[in-house]
Amino acid sequence: MLADIVSTVTTVFALLVLLSFYVSWRAGRLDRLHTRVETAHAALDAALLRRSAVVLELAAASELEPASRVLLADAAGRARRAGGARERELAESSLSRALRAVLDQPGLREGLGEGAAPDGDDLLAEVEAAAKRVHIARRFYNDAVAATREARAGRLVRVLRLAGRAPLPEFFEIDDEPPDIGGRG
Amino acid sequence: MRVGLVCPYTWEVPGGVQQHVGDLAEALMGMGHHVSVLTPCEPGTELPAHIVSAGGAVPVPYNGSVARLAFGFRAAARVRRWIRDGRFDVLHVHEPAAPSLSLLACWVADGPIVATFHTSNPRSRAMSVSAAALRTALERINGRIAVSDAARRTLVEHLGGDAVLIPNGVAVRRFERADPLEGWPGAGGAIGFLGRMDEPRKGLPVLLRAFNQLGRERPGLRLLLAGPGDPREALGRVDPELRHRVALLGRVDDADKARVYHSVDLFCAPNTGGESFGIVLTEAMSAGAAILASDIPAFRHVLRDGAAGALFEAGDPAALARAAGEVLDDPRRRRELSAAARAAVRGYDWRTVAADVVRVYETVMPAGTAHARPVTVGRADPQ
Repeated sequence: MLADIVSTVTTVFALLVLLSFYVSWRAGRLDRLHTRVETAHAALDAALLRRSAVVLELAAASELEPASRVLLADAAGRARRAGGARERELAESSLSRALRAVLDQPGLREGLGEGAAPDGDDLLAEVEAAAKRVHIARRFYNDAVAATREARAGRLVRVLRLAGRAPLPEFFEIDDEPPDIGGRG
Repeated sequence: MRVGLVCPYTWEVPGGVQQHVGDLAEALMGMGHHVSVLTPCEPGTELPAHIVSAGGAVPVPYNGSVARLAFGFRAAARVRRWIRDGRFDVLHVHEPAAPSLSLLACWVADGPIVATFHTSNPRSRAMSVSAAALRTALERINGRIAVSDAARRTLVEHLGGDAVLIPNGVAVRRFERADPLEGWPGAGGAIGFLGRMDEPRKGLPVLLRAFNQLGRERPGLRLLLAGPGDPREALGRVDPELRHRVALLGRVDDADKARVYHSVDLFCAPNTGGESFGIVLTEAMSAGAAILASDIPAFRHVLRDGAAGALFEAGDPAALARAAGEVLDDPRRRRELSAAARAAVRGYDWRTVAADVVRVYETVMPAGTAHARPVTVGRADPQ
């Protein structure tokens, strides 16, 4: 009789221990994922700010004709000022489109060629690099968001509120196709 | 005088600026000047000899929406070639703050430049954001024109400086003559209206209430309504037994507009407010219609305080019905109103407006050397 009780208590205790291990592992995983989302978001934010800053520099200092400069300054300025997440998605997409419209011209580099400042070419390369970095950073961020959302969808996580008060991360959906500078291919 | 006009927006899409440039070009040519218009245009569009295409426009996000503009060094090269070939005495660019051909023309040209500003958008921050990029190019403009007080205020706010006010012209010629619609105006008399049906400030409900009264008193009287909007709501305001005497045309083009003005005994503009100029009124005046309009300030001004068209108290259907009855019963008064309208609209005619524009050209051209030195391509010339 006593042995029975002892054996039941032991079993329950062992199950509880196992369960708590499992729960704390799930919580730890969730925590790691949240951290990953935050890091990825910081990287994306930096990439976007860097892109608009470089584009503004191109609009201000380059030997581009004024119509292109106005278009770039307008799009980059709007992207910088955009407030909420949805508004920012729209503004950043517009910046990608404006960049492509202005820089996807066959022979742009040669066209800028003679009149361009010695560092004009470097600035174009910098814009291209910044646009590609946005493309990459957004992939990584959305990847982290997808993993986190999946982890948080489990019943256990929802019942035990393992995510705490961390807000559910949102995907960042924009057109981030980088420009093909000079229309090389 | 050799004049080069630059339009920033694509020619095959209808728009206020395109229309303005086209009408101004025709008026200038009518005065004996040589005119060439440079504009973005889809390849394959048929163009008159004086319109030169600078190639297609590219859709690009600008100022919070997507605009079709022409930019890039290829477009700049086309502008350069056009200026070099044109040997213009004066270059007249339109909407030069838009990042398109007009701005490029300011950038490459060296010589007398006149610019017309059309936009009135107090919310637009685009101009101030890119003001640095604009300033160098816009500094070369010698004379600035604004088409309205609002456009002038926008310009002063964003770019500083000032401009002379020369309003849009009315293409009187386009409305002067037209055949009435089949069977109109008819023996019982007809009243016409043109404008958005679902925009209360256009005042259609006032006219319909007046018609309910007029229609009962005059068995043959009919109503001709043209303009976009849902006609069912409008018809719902008319007494059922009068509905068969209301004709609805929906949206009409310029040619049909002209026919509408010529199809009625009395053209009614019952607007309750919100008009700054009254383009519909000036068109009806061009057609020589007898006009009855509400006495809002803009209409009072255009109709010379009632001399060029009868006025009634805005928003009052009874006053409208009374005034309409008087004019409908008096053919001589209608003829007088028609003649007075034709005479009064001459002041708004493109032919008059273009003469004002030419005075601006003459002011910016160096005195005595009018034909000595044409507009050239300046420092941006690669040759």
